[in-house]
Amino acid sequence: MMIGSINIAVLLAALMVAATPILLAAIGELVVEKAGVLNLGVEGMMIMGACVGFIVAVNTGSPLMGFIGAALGGIALSLLFALLTQALMTNQVASGLALTLFGLGLSALLGQKYVGITPPRTPKLDLGPLSEIPFFGRALFSHDIMVYLTLALVAAVWWFLKYARAGMILRAVGENHDAAHALGYHVKRVRVLAIMFGGACAGLGGAYLSLIRVPQWTEGMTVGIGWIALALVVFASWRPWRAMAGAYLFGGIVVLQLNLQAAGVKIPVEYLSMSPYLITIAVLVFISSGKARGALNAPGSLNRPFHASN
Amino acid sequence: MIRLEKRKEPSKFWRIANPFLAVALTMLAGGIMFAMLGKDPLVAIRLIFFDPIFSETFGSYSRPQLLIKSAPLILIAVGLAIGFKANIWNIGAEGQYIIGALFGAGVALAFFPQPGWYIFPLMVLAGAFGGFLWAMIPAILKTRFNTNEILVSLLLVYVAEKILAAMALGLMRNPDIPGFPGSRDLRRYEAAHNAELFAGTGIHWGVVAALIAVIFAYAMMKRHMLGYHVQLAGQAPRAARFGGISPTRLVVICLGISGALAGLAGMFEVSGPGGQVRIEFASGYGFTAIIVAFLGRLNPVGIVLAGLLLGLTYIGGELSQMMLQLPSSAIQVFQGMLLFFLLALDFQTHYRLRLTRGVRT
Repeated sequence: MMIGSINIAVLLAALMVAATPILLAAIGELVVEKAGVLNLGVEGMMIMGACVGFIVAVNTGSPLMGFIGAALGGIALSLLFALLTQALMTNQVASGLALTLFGLGLSALLGQKYVGITPPRTPKLDLGPLSEIPFFGRALFSHDIMVYLTLALVAAVWWFLKYARAGMILRAVGENHDAAHALGYHVKRVRVLAIMFGGACAGLGGAYLSLIRVPQWTEGMTVGIGWIALALVVFASWRPWRAMAGAYLFGGIVVLQLNLQAAGVKIPVEYLSMSPYLITIAVLVFISSGKARGALNAPGSLNRPFHASN
Repeated sequence: MIRLEKRKEPSKFWRIANPFLAVALTMLAGGIMFAMLGKDPLVAIRLIFFDPIFSETFGSYSRPQLLIKSAPLILIAVGLAIGFKANIWNIGAEGQYIIGALFGAGVALAFFPQPGWYIFPLMVLAGAFGGFLWAMIPAILKTRFNTNEILVSLLLVYVAEKILAAMALGLMRNPDIPGFPGSRDLRRYEAAHNAELFAGTGIHWGVVAALIAVIFAYAMMKRHMLGYHVQLAGQAPRAARFGGISPTRLVVICLGISGALAGLAGMFEVSGPGGQVRIEFASGYGFTAIIVAFLGRLNPVGIVLAGLLLGLTYIGGELSQMMLQLPSSAIQVFQGMLLFFLLALDFQTHYRLRLTRGVRT
């Protein structure tokens, strides 16, 4: 199927790849916010993941090790945030910003010797006859394993938040930390674990950029994807499946504007590449305005510090 | 065991002492980082914090640079601090800075090559207006649709960067040098040049504007009703609402002031030290100013000191890049660490460590 010079199957395939890093970061942040913590450091953790993942993959020659390293890098940075906001009771907004500024600087420092190197290739997952199916085979079943693992992660988070006992405790902590504390749940422990999960996811999302999507390391290569992921959590009104839908929508926009650039449409490249940010803002406006009522679903204790007074 | 206990009143002593302590800790941690990079930490620290001012070889170049780098930081941070006090988070000053510069440069390029005393004042107005306009987007979306101003103001930074690139490559490109991106050099257009006012000091109109903004902000926060409203809204939002303070008005004022000041900073930069509209024009002042605002305790006088210190790290960073081949990103890490240490230390402003015996219930 073709529209003009654009092949729809290829477009869909590219969309899934473009959406995966945003979705990974968003699903992590969704769990963090469900626990009542607003971590604005997603961009910083993502770029650290992109950098650490790249360095590990290049040195070990294994993309898998790269992804593990990226997750650990994201966790390391998120623990810094946890230390500040949970143990030292700092302002979450300021701490998240600090995390982003620090992560951008540190990744540039660590990665400066890795600019211009090609990372080891991540193989496509062999799905046998599935990838032979006309159209769908190319669009859906011709990807690397991370694309499918990310989708599995969305399903797992959905199940966890809805049915698992631990997930219900996490939601309780996020909705009303005083009540959760009174019931004997460890508010801080739950939150630190959630923050670590968010860090790991953001790190993986970053590594997906540097190891598969681009694949290269350049300074500041996340170009605001972490912030778009934050917006996506609001857009999804804190529901995992909606986060996935949102990520695929944004992936579609990114891919479409890249295709329009390549097709030589008579709009300067700079204006086309603005579109993902502008559309993110437009969607945020739509969701937060009264009509959509999405913002009403925000966890009750979001961005409120918890200190047990006795 | 050790427990945290909330103080009844925030400690005044630690509020003042923490920024100094944070700087000391950052020097220590930064020294370790430099050592890990294989550089002599003492030499690096001296090069960043002392040599720009006291060295005989670099001093004459870098002393005027101090005001040139600090003025935009102070100008932007003073505006941001007013908003931060009221819990209104404009973190997109970098974008407002860019748009202000584009508006200012736009006026200059429109008049080129006419002479006229009125051109520069018009550019100042245009720069402030550009930044104001860009900040009004998150302000209006916040007040009208309740959209989060943090995300919108930040996403607009990326949009502003794209506009800057489009301008440098298109509309504002210098027609006399085909094939090269970037506008005419405003330093060579006398009516638009934000020149040094006193030779060898680095003082240009942006430094004067920063000074005026500091005095203005001080008077407003301490003496004017608006300053009281800002503080009240930040500390007790419910009380503020019952007291008849309109949150809508406050959002518009806070974002408007910080946007206009950031726009001014961009305009003074593009017509002076920066010189022209280029793709690489944005240098992160808008983000560093956030650190300046916090380090200065959101207080205009504190911001002057913090702005001078971070301005110093910019120059020291360049110097250590040149002398020690230290990567430019090391300074970014340095600035990030400073904010971390400050935030971490601030727990003792609000909490007290208590040693208690017995078991926790």
